[in-house]
Amino acid sequence: MELLFASSVGLLTAAGLYLVFRLRTFPVILGTSLLTYAVNLFLFASGRLTVGAPPILMDGVTRYTDPLPQALVLTAIVISFGMTAVVVVIALGAYLGADDDHVNDPKEEGADT
Amino acid sequence: MSLFLVVALPFLGALLPGLLIGAGRKVCAGTTFAVTLTALVGLLSNLPALLRGEVIEARIDWLPALGMNMNLMMDGLGAFFACLILGIGLLIIAYARSYLSREDNMGSFFTYLLLFQGAMVGIVLSDNILVLLVFWELTSLSSFLLIGYWKHLPEGRQGARMALTVTGMGGLAMIGGMLILGQIAGSYDLSVILTQRDLIQADPLYVPALILILLGCFTKSAQFPFHFWLPHAMAAPTPVSAYLHSATMVKAGIFLMARLWPVLSGTPEWFYIVTTAGLITMVLGAVIGLFKHDLKALLAFSTVSHLGLITMLLGTGTAFGAMAAVFHILNHATFKCALFMSAGIVDHEAHTRDIRRLGGLRHLMPVTFVIATIAALSMAGIPFFNGFLSKEMWLEEVSHTMLYGPDWLVPALATFGALFSAAYSFRYIGHTFLGEERHDYPSHPHDPPAGMWLPPAILTVLVVLIGVMPFLAEPAVKYVTAAVLGGVYAVPDVHFALWHGVTPALIMSIIAVTGGLILLALFSPLSKLWEATPRPEAKVIFDEIVAGFVRLARETTQVLHNGAFTQYAGIMTLAIIVAGGHAWLTGNSFAPTRDPMPVHAIAAAGWLALVVATAFLVLKHRNRLLALILMGIIGLVVSVGFAYFSAPDLAMTQISVEVVTIILLLLALNFLPDTTPSESELGKKLRDGLIAIAGGAAAMAFTYHLLMRDFVAPSISEFHLANSYKGGGGTNVVNVILVDFRGFDTFGEIIVLGIAAMVIFALTETLLGGPVRARLLNRLPDKPLAGDRHPLMMVVLTRVMMPVVLMVGVYIFLRGHNLPGGGFIAGLVVAIAVVMQYMASGYNWATERQRYPYHGIIGTGVLIAGLTGIGSWLSGNEFLTSAFGYFRIPPMEEFELATAALFDLGVFLAVLGAVMLSLESFSRLARRAHVEESEFAMDIDPSRDAPENTSGRAVPANDGKGA
Repeated sequence: MELLFASSVGLLTAAGLYLVFRLRTFPVILGTSLLTYAVNLFLFASGRLTVGAPPILMDGVTRYTDPLPQALVLTAIVISFGMTAVVVVIALGAYLGADDDHVNDPKEEGADT
Repeated sequence: MSLFLVVALPFLGALLPGLLIGAGRKVCAGTTFAVTLTALVGLLSNLPALLRGEVIEARIDWLPALGMNMNLMMDGLGAFFACLILGIGLLIIAYARSYLSREDNMGSFFTYLLLFQGAMVGIVLSDNILVLLVFWELTSLSSFLLIGYWKHLPEGRQGARMALTVTGMGGLAMIGGMLILGQIAGSYDLSVILTQRDLIQADPLYVPALILILLGCFTKSAQFPFHFWLPHAMAAPTPVSAYLHSATMVKAGIFLMARLWPVLSGTPEWFYIVTTAGLITMVLGAVIGLFKHDLKALLAFSTVSHLGLITMLLGTGTAFGAMAAVFHILNHATFKCALFMSAGIVDHEAHTRDIRRLGGLRHLMPVTFVIATIAALSMAGIPFFNGFLSKEMWLEEVSHTMLYGPDWLVPALATFGALFSAAYSFRYIGHTFLGEERHDYPSHPHDPPAGMWLPPAILTVLVVLIGVMPFLAEPAVKYVTAAVLGGVYAVPDVHFALWHGVTPALIMSIIAVTGGLILLALFSPLSKLWEATPRPEAKVIFDEIVAGFVRLARETTQVLHNGAFTQYAGIMTLAIIVAGGHAWLTGNSFAPTRDPMPVHAIAAAGWLALVVATAFLVLKHRNRLLALILMGIIGLVVSVGFAYFSAPDLAMTQISVEVVTIILLLLALNFLPDTTPSESELGKKLRDGLIAIAGGAAAMAFTYHLLMRDFVAPSISEFHLANSYKGGGGTNVVNVILVDFRGFDTFGEIIVLGIAAMVIFALTETLLGGPVRARLLNRLPDKPLAGDRHPLMMVVLTRVMMPVVLMVGVYIFLRGHNLPGGGFIAGLVVAIAVVMQYMASGYNWATERQRYPYHGIIGTGVLIAGLTGIGSWLSGNEFLTSAFGYFRIPPMEEFELATAALFDLGVFLAVLGAVMLSLESFSRLARRAHVEESEFAMDIDPSRDAPENTSGRAVPANDGKGA
C-alpha cells in the first residue's frame, strides 16, 4: 500500500513538474495544481497511513490516526484554492492585456525559448 | 517629569503638526513649540535632583533576554545635550515659522523635526547602548527626510541620499562596535560599561570595537574622510541646517565620544586615531571653507572644521582637553546656529546666498548685520565673544600635544587652521555686509520680521554674555566635564578668564587673527589660485562608487534574472534534486521499522484511476477543457484517498475545493484559448520530461522512505488526542486543532485567504477599468453559445436544492466540533450553493438578490474570529483560549456551547466570503464579455412568455428582453 501511495505522490510530482515547464500559463496553472496535490498528500503522509481509524474520539477506541497533519493539510487545501485563484486572475490579466499567454518574458531579440 | 515622557513627548507630538496643518500655520507651529517647551520644562524639572548629585534613571525591561532594555539615564552630560537640543529646538521652531514659505508643507516639516528631536533626546538620555543605537538610526532617517524636504530639488534628494548612505554605513559599523563593547563589559547598560575601563582596554577586542565605534562617530560628526556629506546636506531648508547640521545631529558623534570617553580614551590607539582625524578635519575644513562662495557652504565647511577641533580635544585624552571640548560644544552651538540663521535671513531677503553677488548689506539689514558680525567674530576667536575663550583653551591644549615626532608640528598646523578659520569668519562679515551697497541683488533686501531675527539675536546675547563673563558658564561646564571624565580624572582647577597673561595660546591666537586679516586682503589672487588647483571632488567619487555598485547589481541581475521563468523552475527543481540526492548519499538512514500494509482492491482501483488520469492529462493537456475534466478526476481520487486513509475532514474539504476550483478554471477558460499550441521541440520536451521524472522519482523515494519508518521522536499528536476533549471540548480532533490548539494559525490563514480574495477583486477592478475593458466588450464569442443559457430545468432544480444545501452546510458547521465538518467545509459547501444560483440564473439575477457585499462577509468573519480571541483576555486567559460548557434545556438533549464555535463561525464567513468574492470577480469579467445579460433567471419562462397562460399568476412585464 505504501508503495502505491508513494508512487502516486511521485507521479503527481512528475506530471506537475512537466506541466510547470510548459511555456503557456494554462498548463503551468494545471501543473501547480498537480504539485499542490502531491505536496498535500506528502504532508498528509507524514502522519503515516492508517485505514479505518479517523481522529474522531469515541468511547472504547484507542487507535487513532495522526490528526495534526490533517489539520495542517486542511488549511493548505483551502489556501491553495486562494492562491490558484490569484494566479489565474494574474494570468488572465496578462493575456487580456497583452494578448499573449506566454510565461516567459519576451527576449530582447524576439526569439522565445 | 519622567525621562520616558521627555523622550516620548516629541515622538507623540510629531503626530500633531501633520494633523493640525489644516487649522493653519500658526496653530501648527504653535503646537510644535508647545510640545518642545513641555519636553524642556519636563527635563528641567529633573535638574534639582541632578544638582543634588543624583543620576536620574527610568527603566523598563523590554527584551531582558537580549540585554536590550528601555533604560534611560540622565547625568550632567546627557542633561547638557538634552537642554541644547530642546532649547535650540525652540528657537529653530520659531525661526522656521517665518522662514518656510506658503508653498512649503509646514505640517510634514514640523513632524519630521519633532521625530528628529525625539530621536536625538533619546540618544543623549539612553542608558542602554542597544536602545541608543535605535535612536541613532532614527536620527539618520529623520535627517534624511529633513534634508530631502524640498523634494523638487535634485540637490536635496542627492544630498539626503548621500547623508543617509554615509551615516547609515557608519551606524552599521557602530552596531558591531557596540555589540563587542557590550560583550566585553558583560552588559549593554552604559552605567555598567562606564565602570569597566581597565577590563575593556585590556581586552584583545578593544581595538576592533574602538575602530567600529569611531567609524559611527566620525561619519555622524563629519570627520575626515567622511566629512563630504555635510556640505551636501546643506540643500536642506536653513532651519534644518542650523538645527541638525550645526547644533545637534552632527554633535551626536561627538556626544558619543564624550560619553564613552572614560572607557575608550587614554590609549595610544584612541589618541592617534581621534587626534589625527580631528586635526586633519579641522585644517581641511577651514581651508576649503574660505574659498566657498555659497554662504551655507562656507558655514558647512566651518562646521566640519569646528567639529574637527572638538574631536581633536577629545582625542588628546586629558581632562583639560575634555573640558575645552565641552565648552566649545556649547559655544559653537550658539554662534554657529546664529550664523546659519543669519545666512538664512540673507537668502530669504536677497534671494541669493552667493557671496559674490552680495556685499554692502550693513545699511539695508542693520539688525542682521549686528547679529552676524557678533557671531562671526566669535567664530574667528576675537576676545569678548565666547568663541575666543574655548579657542584659547584649544590652543593651550594644542601647545602641549605631540603627534608624530616634532613638537612644533601640531601647534603649527593648528595655528594654520585657526588662521583660515579667522579668515573665513572675516570674509563672511566683509564680503556679505561690508563694502559698497549694490544695486543688482536678485531681490531688494531689508531686515526680516522679528520672528526671524529674534531667535539668532537671543543666541548672540548668549555669545556676548559668556564672552564677557566667562565665570557664568564655568560651573555648568565643569559640572558637565565631571560627567564626561566619569571619575577617571579630576576636573582641572582652571578658571575661565579673558586674560591669562602672555601664553603660547595667546601668541598663536594673535598670529591666527592677523594672518586671517592678511589672507582676506589677498583673497582674490588666492581664490584664483585655488580655482586653478586640481583637487578631488568628493561628490564625484561618491557618485562613481554608487554608480559602480548599481552597474554590478544590474549586470548580476540580468544574468541571473533574464525573464525565462520556465528556466528558473527547471534550475530550481534540479537544485532541489541535487541537494536531496547529496543528503541521501551522505546522510544516515535506518532500516524500515513499519510493516507494509496489504493492498486492498479499492485502493488499487483508485491508484489505477489516478495513474490513467494523470498520464492522459500530460499527453492531452493541449486540449484545455479535457485537461480540466482530467483534473477533476484526479481531485476526486485524491478526495477518496483521504477518506480511505481515515481523513474524513480532508476528503470533504478536498471535494468541495475541487468543485470551486473547476468552476474557477472554467470561468478563466472562457477567455483563454481553447488549446495550448505546441512550441517546444522534441529535445526540449525530452529534457523537461527527464527533469520531471527525476523530480517525481525523488518525491516517490522520499515519501516511501518516510512511510516505512516510525517517528524518530515522539509526536505532539498524542497530546492533541489526549486533550482534545478535556481541553477543547470536542471529539473531532482535527477541528479542535484548527479552532483551538492552533487557532492562531487558522486566524492567520483566514486573513490570508481574505487578502487573496481582495487581490483578485482589485485586479479585476483594474482590468475592467483599463484598456482591457474595451477589448472584453468587443470580444465576439469564439464558441457557439447555447440558445438557452439559463435552462428552466436547472433554475428550478437549483432553487429547490438551495435550502437543502444550506441546511447541509449548517449541519456540517454545527457538528464540526465533534464529527467531520466545521467552518472551512461548511463555508465551501454554502459557497457552492450560492454559486449554483449564479450559474443557473445568471449574474444579474443573483446579484440583485445578494444583500451583503462579500468584502463585508470576509471582514465580519475575520472580526468575529479576532473578537472571540480577544474575548478570552477578559477572563484573563491568553489570546484564543477557548471556553465551553454543556447545557440542557429540559425537553432537549444535553448540548455543548463553546467559544470555539464562534471562532469557527468567523472561519466559515471568511471562507464563504473569500470564495464568493473570487468567483464573483471572475464572472464580472465574463459578464462584460457577453453581449447582453437578461434580468430574468430563465431565458425561456412559460409563465412570462405566454401571457395567455391560464394559471392566473402575476406575470412580470415583458419588455422584450426574453430570449
